Amino acid sequence: MKKNIPFIAIEGRSSGYYSLLALLGAFILASLGAFYYMEHHGHYVTGMDNQIVWGMPHVFAVFLIVAASGALNVASISSAFNKKAYKPLARLSGLLALALLAGGLMILVLDLGRPERLVIAMTYYNLKSIFAWNMLLYNGFFAIVIVYIWTMMQRNLGQYTRAAGIAAFIWRLALTTGTGSIFGFLVARQGYDAAIMAPMFILMSFSFGLAVFLLVLMASYSWTERPIGDAIFNRLKNLLGIFVASVLFIVAIYHLTNLYEAQHQGFEAFILLNGGIYTQMFWIGQVMIGGIIPLIIFYTPSLAKSRGLVGLGALLVIIGGLAQVYGIIIGGQAYPMTLFPGKEVIETTFADGAIASYTPTLAETLLGLGGVAVALFLVAFCVKIMNFLPASLADKDVDPHYKAS
Amino acid sequence: MTQPVNTNETKTDLYRRQFLGKTAAAAGFALAPGMLLTEIAHAKPADEAVSTKNRWGLLINTNKCASGCTACVTACQVENGWGEINKSEELSRASQKAVWIRKVKLKDKQTGHVQSLPLLCQHCEKPPCVDVCPTGASFKREDGIVLVDKHICIGCRYCMMACPYKARSFIHETIKNQKVHAPRGKGTVESCTMCAHRVDNDGIPACVEACNAEGHQAMYFGDLKDSNSVISKELAKNGGQQLRADLDLNTGVRYQGIK
Ligand code: SF4
Ligand code: SF4
Repeated sequence: MKKNIPFIAIEGRSSGYYSLLALLGAFILASLGAFYYMEHHGHYVTGMDNQIVWGMPHVFAVFLIVAASGALNVASISSAFNKKAYKPLARLSGLLALALLAGGLMILVLDLGRPERLVIAMTYYNLKSIFAWNMLLYNGFFAIVIVYIWTMMQRNLGQYTRAAGIAAFIWRLALTTGTGSIFGFLVARQGYDAAIMAPMFILMSFSFGLAVFLLVLMASYSWTERPIGDAIFNRLKNLLGIFVASVLFIVAIYHLTNLYEAQHQGFEAFILLNGGIYTQMFWIGQVMIGGIIPLIIFYTPSLAKSRGLVGLGALLVIIGGLAQVYGIIIGGQAYPMTLFPGKEVIETTFADGAIASYTPTLAETLLGLGGVAVALFLVAFCVKIMNFLPASLADKDVDPHYKAS
Repeated sequence: MTQPVNTNETKTDLYRRQFLGKTAAAAGFALAPGMLLTEIAHAKPADEAVSTKNRWGLLINTNKCASGCTACVTACQVENGWGEINKSEELSRASQKAVWIRKVKLKDKQTGHVQSLPLLCQHCEKPPCVDVCPTGASFKREDGIVLVDKHICIGCRYCMMACPYKARSFIHETIKNQKVHAPRGKGTVESCTMCAHRVDNDGIPACVEACNAEGHQAMYFGDLKDSNSVISKELAKNGGQQLRADLDLNTGVRYQGIK
């Protein structure tokens, strides 16, 4: 049997490391400032209003929460599906999942109209509400993943890792389904009225989560000068490619089925043809930047050779993912609900029948970025104080039989 | 003050009071001035309880609703202290200001027929806003009136996402000059209360009163469960449609004459 690769905490004394923490810290402070500003004055200082009630903070929060469950994929593949090659990455995968979820939830909480009442939300559940279920799912996710990481870190608990890994895998599917269902319950809004929302969110989570994972892995290994061999790198890259393609595929199905139903054609025309910013977000952001360009990079051998380009591809997947979530959340609200079929609203004081506009302010964008910074800060901090990262991911350590193709 | 009624709501209300009592005592929880007054908004005289015996509803005859008339809207603003009447919502942009009831004018795409009607919370029997609310702040009374308990609302706006009629508004800034029976708090959500405070004292909603006073008589208020009420008779005779009937929410507000 080949020897196990040791997990060693990063040294974390370099000025680069401290600059990274300082930079992330600055973003976190800025987001707390933004939070204070929004809560002190009230939400009138944001771009959100009574038409677009969920804005930029929710785009970031939903992205992070979706990515969180996807980041756990690598660990799931290793434990639940027993793929040895991914085993060294399982700890980081669990950590990243927790960190992303924490970042996403922070945004959601800080955007509440009355965040100081969170204790009410934590103690009084309306069990009919999918939102309340999500709170249970999020808390459970934290608990299960922490136990899972613990079984991996404690030598004598290793026998339980598989069980914990399977539990975490099932839980994460429930969690993403729950997140997708938040929109699935909003049947009155045309963009969300589709059963395909839940599986679409699951595939999105695979793709976004792995893209974030790959970037974090590349950054932490190159900054600590630890090797990542082609064996593991190409596996991750190819897997990401498959996920990106699956998202494109299910998005295509979503729109095609919508086009087929007469009452959704207006919404489809809005997203696909004449929705201005939302149409651009879809074709340029989601499809081109987040889908086609990364796929070209990942599957063109001459381009895929360059780690830098693959990293860029993963970054594009993230940008495209944000565009996709933006389209779902903001676009879904901007398109008016039909109250009076066959009628045109010619006068209203509440923008009935009109497409709503939304311009995010700096504060709400900073709040969203703050959630990202919290996630990355947690990762950077934890890999220093605990043994999350394998000392080496070089081919000879991970998979002695790997042959460069 | 609030009189216990033998329903689930009592438990919720009890919980609410206990919760507030405890947190206020233990943590020195500071409630905004006026916030404690919410209780009064669903106060009932001691001898009669809110009960499933009634279901309050509105019937709106769009043929009688006069184009350009906004008497119902103004009456609601005066009664509940929102809109033009309350100058403390000035920092909010137009699209951020609260709207409890609005007039819309419709034109039929085929016939060109123009008509106008008031749009407000439809007091759904199966209210999506209540289903999605994580805390239970959105609740339906036994008598069918859908309200927001501003003590419990955390301002997540999920109810606004779920309401098919855009009936709800989020408060984007601190509100002054609140009415005792209609407390309004920054960071919480609000909507038409069907003037629960009037209904509980055998009154009718301010909008209906104003419409009658104008001589239009386009709105009936009454008990949908009482087959002898004017509203029930009128519904039995001439019918009344639900907006977005396809959603099967069994709305308490019905419309006649949309064509
Ligand atoms: S109209 Fe909207 S706010 Fe009123 S009860 Fe129905 S879902 Fe709730
Ligand atoms: S905004 Fe308030 S009433 Fe609406 S769903 Fe959230 S907690 Fe419930």
